[in-house]
Amino acid sequence: MKVTFKVFRFNAETDYLPHYDTIEMDVKEDEVVLDILNRIKWEHDGSFSYRRSCRHGICGSCAVKVNGRSTLACKERMVDMIELFGNELIIEPVSKKRAVKDMVVDKADFWKKYETVKPWLEAEIDEHPSMENIIPPEEAEKLEEADYCIQCGCCYYACPVVEVNEDYLGPAAFEKAYRFTADVRDHAKKERLEIVDILGQGVWDCVKCYECAEACPKEIDPIGKITKLHNQIFEEGVAKSNVATRHAVGFKRSIKKHGILDEGDLVLYSEGFGVVKHMHEAFEMFKKGKIVLPWNMPKSKNLDEIQKLIKSSSTVKF
Amino acid sequence: MSKLRYALYTGCTARESTPELLKSTLAVAKKLDIELVLLDEASCCGASHLQDFDDFLSLVLNARNICYAEKRGLDMVTICNTCQLNTAMTKHRLDSNPELKAKVNEKLEEVGLVYKGTSNVRHFLYALIEDYGLDNLRDKVVKPLSELNIAPFYGCHNIRPSELHHHFNRTKENPYNPTSLEELIEALEGNSVDYWHKNKCCGFHVDLQAPKTSNILTGNALADAYDNNADVMVTPCPLCHLNLDVKQKAATKAVGRELKLPVLHLPQLIGLALGCTPEELGLKHHVTEVPA
Repeated sequence: MKVTFKVFRFNAETDYLPHYDTIEMDVKEDEVVLDILNRIKWEHDGSFSYRRSCRHGICGSCAVKVNGRSTLACKERMVDMIELFGNELIIEPVSKKRAVKDMVVDKADFWKKYETVKPWLEAEIDEHPSMENIIPPEEAEKLEEADYCIQCGCCYYACPVVEVNEDYLGPAAFEKAYRFTADVRDHAKKERLEIVDILGQGVWDCVKCYECAEACPKEIDPIGKITKLHNQIFEEGVAKSNVATRHAVGFKRSIKKHGILDEGDLVLYSEGFGVVKHMHEAFEMFKKGKIVLPWNMPKSKNLDEIQKLIKSSSTVKF
Repeated sequence: MSKLRYALYTGCTARESTPELLKSTLAVAKKLDIELVLLDEASCCGASHLQDFDDFLSLVLNARNICYAEKRGLDMVTICNTCQLNTAMTKHRLDSNPELKAKVNEKLEEVGLVYKGTSNVRHFLYALIEDYGLDNLRDKVVKPLSELNIAPFYGCHNIRPSELHHHFNRTKENPYNPTSLEELIEALEGNSVDYWHKNKCCGFHVDLQAPKTSNILTGNALADAYDNNADVMVTPCPLCHLNLDVKQKAATKAVGRELKLPVLHLPQLIGLALGCTPEELGLKHHVTEVPA
């Protein structure tokens, strides 16, 4: 198959702006993206730079983007990329603004945030145990394969919040936090939950776009872990009363009252006095018939059923 | 083609802050002779926020909503991406986990319901494409949209996680390069605008707790569409619509650009091509005005 590659080129030491090299290649059926990176270096330009190490999808160093899709170069088959995007493919680093040389990026921000959640087990373990520290399989299952993360950064650099909020810890760090908050041997569950509970840097700033789940080459589902962290924050009594937690709780409150959501009341309940900052937009919406006044608020039919289920099925209090 | 019938899960927004979405959906269905049975018993899907607080409760409530479609013997259609995601995710979890399904049914039995798993759950966009068919839709066009450059904005929860959506849709959308909206625009004889942000996030779900993030993401999408000569944007998600339309001033301020781009709901765009009147489509309800 003949494929046209547009390859991102940038050298932070000599270039002011990046450019793209266009290279045509015949791609063989058994080749992966890493084979193409190798051939670009060996056959076209020896200065072309990229990271790679294990070639088995476990070191995470060869992460790149193909047509905007984060991927491990050593794992991703070219035929699959061609099937998804056709015969014109753009190869870029996982983060263009962090590029140092071609596909090589400076991951300092990634590692700094990763360390924030203390990515190690905190437990008082006998240095000379007489037997292994075994946990039951059902407890191990609660990790939900979170320990398979290889820190490749695919989810982190795919996350749109990371791009606009430099404080945001991002999906990889959250996924790692969950790996330990779900581990019965770990003694720092509340401490970790408090780290990820902070507005601005923590889990409440996740936009729920599922880019991380889509990008993860190990299929770990980082946003699933973020949701679990939200749940644990409530279950462990760590949740503080703020706009984000009240927003989540407000849904139950509103559903109990009306079945469907009372959107205006939800904003008022979530924001408290902060609701005044929405007044201008609320007035614009009111003028256009986009606000239902409290006395006109519709209710779901069979509301008593919904209320009964809320009473019997609720598992958390706040 | 036999008459298409669906149970319509409106979600909350179409009953409140986007009344024009429900109005235009019903108008389009009438034009296409599709019968939509309103699920008036349904509750809110939790919009991914109730799920953060109480996962089991959200499963029970969403399963209850599907029960009412099942009771009518109909597939469910949704008109909100987030409703679609939460309902589909509930269905997928229950259908693939008999133990969880039994736990949820234990609760539903208290109100005389049982979740069986017999109704499919799809967004109206995909029901139209897969069941009605774009060729049939093309035949119904009376006012081609050939004068309009239309920027499709997909919204996250209709395309990601793709693995989940592929269970429910025959259309196997590539989340990195979705094409269904473009194909639909083409069937309406409009010109679709290709722009990078078409499958990106509008930030709606952090609008309260992180307005700066939300405004920048919305502003980036609007600016990108505008820079690619869009006359109008269209979205199948009313939550994206709220950010893109109602918060347009705040969003454009966040990215430092003066922008004014009308943002239509998907049924409104279809309705225009089918000859529905502006009143039938509720075009007066937009904060960023839609030119006559």
